Amino acid sequence: MRTDLGLLRSFRTAAWLGWQIESNWTDPFLFAVYSIIKPISSAAILVVMYAVITGGDFESPIFTYMYLGNAFYIYVGAVMAGISWAVIDDREHYKTLKYIYVAPVNIPTYLIGRSVAKFLVGTISVLVTILFGLLFLHLEIDLAQVNWPLFLVGLLVGVVLLAMMGLVLAGVSLLIAHHVWFLGEGVAGALYLFSGAIFPLIVLPPYLRWIGYLNPITYWLELLRRTLVGPISNAFPTLAFLTEIKLLGILVGMTVVCGVLSLFLFRWCDHRARERGLIDMVTNY
Amino acid sequence: MQAVFNSETRVKKSSGWQLFLKTVYARAYPRLIGQQREKSWLFFDVFLPLMAVSAYVFVYRTIGAPEEYVGFVVIGGAMTAFWLNVLWSMSSQLYWEKEQGNLALYIIAPNSMMAILLGMALGGMLATTLRAAAIVVLGGWMFHVQFQVSSYFQLFLVFLLGMVALYGLGMMSASLFLLLSREAWHISNLAQEPVYLASGFYFPVKNLGFWTAAIASIIPLTLAMDAMRQLAFASGPTLGFLSVQLEVLILLLLSVLFLASAYFLLRYMERLAIREGRLTESRR
Repeated sequence: MRTDLGLLRSFRTAAWLGWQIESNWTDPFLFAVYSIIKPISSAAILVVMYAVITGGDFESPIFTYMYLGNAFYIYVGAVMAGISWAVIDDREHYKTLKYIYVAPVNIPTYLIGRSVAKFLVGTISVLVTILFGLLFLHLEIDLAQVNWPLFLVGLLVGVVLLAMMGLVLAGVSLLIAHHVWFLGEGVAGALYLFSGAIFPLIVLPPYLRWIGYLNPITYWLELLRRTLVGPISNAFPTLAFLTEIKLLGILVGMTVVCGVLSLFLFRWCDHRARERGLIDMVTNY
Repeated sequence: MQAVFNSETRVKKSSGWQLFLKTVYARAYPRLIGQQREKSWLFFDVFLPLMAVSAYVFVYRTIGAPEEYVGFVVIGGAMTAFWLNVLWSMSSQLYWEKEQGNLALYIIAPNSMMAILLGMALGGMLATTLRAAAIVVLGGWMFHVQFQVSSYFQLFLVFLLGMVALYGLGMMSASLFLLLSREAWHISNLAQEPVYLASGFYFPVKNLGFWTAAIASIIPLTLAMDAMRQLAFASGPTLGFLSVQLEVLILLLLSVLFLASAYFLLRYMERLAIREGRLTESRR
């Protein structure tokens, strides 16, 4: 019980610290503008690509599929990058990682807490992106038809999954130099290909498709799309044979496996970093 | 013993152009040698971006785009490496140097800051060219991109001018970043996706309309990519924003403008930063 309270306190303090670092460099208005422009631009790249080729056929199901997948994928970059970046930031920028290590803090809990700010900013970005789609791009979401309980449960499980994946990257970040600070975003960019975020997995060559089926993010995005726009999502047969409950079951199962693996991997990386004296490494090219 | 020590360790002083060139080399050196020491870049800087590029390729294939758009994405994806390098390893580099205490050393050393920026640019450019080339070669091979280069000379010229103008812009903004603190990181972060969008990294910039494309042309990669696509693909000229000749001319002007501005801004900003005591500040 006492340990649980300690973990909670580490998490809460790390989340507060992360929020301060993330937001107090400017005034709230500018911070909000900065937080919104990036994801809107990212979505706009896809919108322009789509519009150039289809002549602006935004009512096609593929557009809704692509737009929603891309919007929720913001969480992937935000949470994974938030956790792995905290290592680089604390180690090389603030040079406080060694002090965190000697403090009575659970390091994985601390790192996950540090990503809360990015998660919150990501949430605003997701909401703004979807709102933009609803207002200007004929995105067809009938709010009365949305399966809200399943959506919220799916979203929550997915965020836990992403945090566990981020922990693996944080472990890797302990072992590498500063110039790969973008590890979280880089891996998120790579997984974009294998997650069915912006195109159905069926488009991938058969020899690559299995990576998508092994990727838990695929099931997470599919579940979120199903709960929001069920009929449109069913237009793509890749995962049509799975019901929403089965999707949730797979997602929960994969999250548990990923959680166990990530804790072991993080501990291994942490051990290696301590042995090689990398906890207070500073690199700059 | 003392005599031996003195004769063996005496450093021959350089001055003028010799010192300038030595400084350029000295600052470029860690960027190049860093690649050898930390080979993880092969995975992080080539493989991961290639995956992201592939995602856009499959988007085009999903919506039935003509095949040359696949080539456009590969070129655009390769050029992101340069934009990221300019943003993070040029513009905001002085901020990192300040945070780590190197900036004050650069200033007090008897060398030119312009040479340091040029060294950063050259080192970064050479290293990034390797990454970009790897993305083009691998992306071209994976997606069977059909390059039909109409003029290798013009293609090389456009690339070279694009790089000079781009790194000139990087040097100019680096001097502006001398005054910044934590906001430097956020400004660089903000300048990624919006520039990918405005400069047409993944689609022909012409599609954004004349005025948007014209304003976006202040980023040299906009015109450089447009001209390279026109020169490297059969249907490129029909999708181009301006004629290649005009784009070469504008890139030339941008190169001169940015390099000259970098020179004057750097001197001004350095004086301002010294006067306001910002060279060693660390607002965290």
